[in-house]
Amino acid sequence: MNREQLEALKELMAQQFTVLEFQLYLDTHPTDQRALMEYNEACRQLMVLKQRYQQAYGPLTFCEASDYPWQWIEEPWPWQICYE
Amino acid sequence: MWIYEKKLQYPAKVGRANLKMAKYLITQYGGPDGELAASMRYLTQRYNMPTPQAKGILTDIGTEELAHMEIIATLIYKLMDRATVEEIERAGLGAYYADHDRSLFFVNGEGVPWTAAYIQAKGDPVADLHEDMAAEQKARATYEWLINLSDDPDLNDTLSFLREREIVHFQRFGETLQIVQEYMNSRKIY
Repeated sequence: MNREQLEALKELMAQQFTVLEFQLYLDTHPTDQRALMEYNEACRQLMVLKQRYQQAYGPLTFCEASDYPWQWIEEPWPWQICYE
Repeated sequence: MWIYEKKLQYPAKVGRANLKMAKYLITQYGGPDGELAASMRYLTQRYNMPTPQAKGILTDIGTEELAHMEIIATLIYKLMDRATVEEIERAGLGAYYADHDRSLFFVNGEGVPWTAAYIQAKGDPVADLHEDMAAEQKARATYEWLINLSDDPDLNDTLSFLREREIVHFQRFGETLQIVQEYMNSRKIY
């Protein structure tokens, strides 16, 4: 994985983590309107990053369009990536 | 249902191969306070929780723990990368190698296999949420002891992330416990 792809992947991972933190917080604070607005905005940004990443580097999950041949099995898998 | 995403929750970083740390770290894969136990505990307790908040938090934290299990697996995989049989034996992993080669397996640092006896689903939401809060504190302490054992700054960065998650989960479970107790008190008929 080249540097450019790794940076894009890390940006996506960080944004997804932001969404998860809001998700857990909202589970126990479902009427916090400000947090809900921030959650919605973070989700919107995540969708943009995901779409951009998958267009450039292939599917990250189930039911994403694939080039030929089947891209899902292309390496590296997450445990094979050098993150340093 | 669950859908896989082909990425980790957080970068699993390892500065250098280190079989001793792999041997210690495996307890967070299949040990009593490890990520498999955490995930299975929360995902099985959620069915009989009385409030939507409790059902949600156990589902979401139980799912996050699966992602942590994958981070631990990745760390161990990298710590054992390219190890020779002689190095494996010298690190005290000879017996592990005889049973599993370099595969991941659900054991603690002393080779004891994972057991459902590590977890409980009591059906009493107050009892279950107290168990969950204790589990998060035990996992936090385990990560601190592992960081004490490691001199690899990259590995310690990833372990520190996992340690911090236990603190956030403890906080969310505490809030859930309060919500559940208020709900149960409101339903008591005097």
